[in-house]
Amino acid sequence: MSAVIAFKNVGSMQVAEVDAMAILPIQTTVSPAPTFMEIAPFSAQEVSPALGRGPGRGERLVHGARELAKTVIPPLLGIALLLGIWALVAVKNNSIPGPMQTWDAAAKLFADPFYRNGPNDQGIGWNVLSSLQRVGIGFGFAALVGIPAGFMLGRFNFMNRMFEPVISLLRPVSPLAWLPIGLLVFKRADPAATWTIFICSIWPMILNTAQGVQRVPQDYLNVARVLGLSEDKVITRILFPAVLPYMLTGIRLSIGTAWLVIVAAEMLTGGVGIGFWVWDEWNSLKVEHIIIAIFVIGMVGFALEQMLLLLAKRFTYESR
Amino acid sequence: MKPIVKIESVGQEFPARAGRFVALRDINLAISPGEVVALIGHSGCGKSTLLNLIAGLTRATHGVLLCDNREITGPGPERAVVFQNHSLLPWMTCSENVMLAVERVFGRKEGKAKLTARVVAALEMVHMEHALDKYPHEISGGMKQRVGIARAFAMEPRILLMDEPFGALDALTRASLQDELNGVLAKTGATVVMVTHDVDEAVLLSDRIVMMTNGPAATIGEIVTVDLPRPRDRLELAEDSRFAAYRAAVFEFLYRKQLKKVA
Ligand SMILES: Nc1ncnc2c1ncn2[C@@H]1O[C@H](COP(=O)(O)OP(=O)(O)OP(=O)(O)O)[C@@H](O)[C@H]1O
Ligand SMILES: [Mg+2]
Repeated sequence: MSAVIAFKNVGSMQVAEVDAMAILPIQTTVSPAPTFMEIAPFSAQEVSPALGRGPGRGERLVHGARELAKTVIPPLLGIALLLGIWALVAVKNNSIPGPMQTWDAAAKLFADPFYRNGPNDQGIGWNVLSSLQRVGIGFGFAALVGIPAGFMLGRFNFMNRMFEPVISLLRPVSPLAWLPIGLLVFKRADPAATWTIFICSIWPMILNTAQGVQRVPQDYLNVARVLGLSEDKVITRILFPAVLPYMLTGIRLSIGTAWLVIVAAEMLTGGVGIGFWVWDEWNSLKVEHIIIAIFVIGMVGFALEQMLLLLAKRFTYESR
Repeated sequence: MKPIVKIESVGQEFPARAGRFVALRDINLAISPGEVVALIGHSGCGKSTLLNLIAGLTRATHGVLLCDNREITGPGPERAVVFQNHSLLPWMTCSENVMLAVERVFGRKEGKAKLTARVVAALEMVHMEHALDKYPHEISGGMKQRVGIARAFAMEPRILLMDEPFGALDALTRASLQDELNGVLAKTGATVVMVTHDVDEAVLLSDRIVMMTNGPAATIGEIVTVDLPRPRDRLELAEDSRFAAYRAAVFEFLYRKQLKKVA
């Protein structure tokens, strides 16, 4: 799992690049929907339409409207297509509820998302929150272990070669394969689910951090050597800021995978959680609720991703 | 005067696919305190390699380098480096970049206020006091180079090593920075070793021009001693026949004796 990242604009080339941007005509680039593993910390750069003198005001308005149409219409078309296909399938197949039916069910469901009728019957809000909590805890532990480990692997070649085979062997294993081990060790379902999240989150974190450390430009390390900085200054003032964008990529990939895995893990362990809820609704054959859950899972995942992208942007030093 | 830097039969080899690649051989040079030495030669002859050896960033495979009669075994704060591409840390403001160097050298002995005063003084010296709180990406290429020079000077190094400090700049910016550097050198009396591709720059700034033969296995070909009075004014020098003669001597070496065959 290696997100390919390039340090852009480091060095004197930056000026030339900025100048070139200023000559470009107004344009708003829409960053493509981030796909799994593909986004680099610097890739989400929008071209700012800041320009002093340009075409006249009316012309600009027309231009702006056209740009807006370009950004809004395609996504709307995509969603319309999805709804269309769904409606078609629902008409052909009676067991699948159509969009309207699902909408009605959703309205009822979201009228009271936070009710509690005993441990096995809680509102969808509680289910989402407890899934998020598991992801948070598992991910937190993974970060605690994975980020320092990544630093070690990136900094010391010996460690890198020592752990490479281990990581290569364990990384392709579905985290769910670790669930029984978790059940065995922790004796309870809840920490076992968290444990699978820990396992799946740790790899991207280790690998991206290590890669970031290895890719710190030699120039910066030479600065550190010429200034004779102490090892702790090297870490806090040079390595950490240089690696931060890579680390954030690792975090984003981890959380993305964790959100994928938690649904499956909860289906297996039960309790409270969106995965368990899906399974429960299946058992009581409330298919419209399953479809709602799919949308909810999708939207929460999307929100997590966007939040982390924003965070990454905030810490990308060039865009500050 | 006793030399501050002594380079004694230094050679540098790099491991290569077919055995070893000899980059430098038999380099002998003594540099006096306060002297400004320019290293000039065709691209790839080994100028940066030699500068890195003096900086202590790499170790020579043959011979020894001495600074103050002590062998150079690694980088040290008495030998500041101005990198070719400024190498400011992009996540720190200009003043923080300079502070990093100042703290390291004077942090033990001096209080916060005094350190800050040093940072401001260094940036004032290169006329960059307006950019104290700006990030490197917010200032121009020439300004970054000036901050890089300020960072090096702020360490009050005995020796300043510069690898094509103005190489990436346009002619006008380059000229004004050369004048600025001349002024700073006059004030501080620092010893300077500077790599350059620019013959005029070499004559304008230096006391001696060390001309290197083409690699592989490059060594010092000739040395021109530039005996022009300081302070030097580029407009006056342009009409000075001695300036023209020094220039001609360097060109003669580079383009007649060491003409690089373009592959
Ligand atoms: N780490 C290295 N490993 C192998 N070969 C190297 C290494 N560093 C430099 N060389 C070789 O040594 C020679 C001298 O390189 P150097 O960078 O010192 O040239 P230079 O004179 O500074 O050139 P330029 O003016 O283009 O910067 C070159 O042939 C280069 O390929
Ligand atoms: Mg060089």
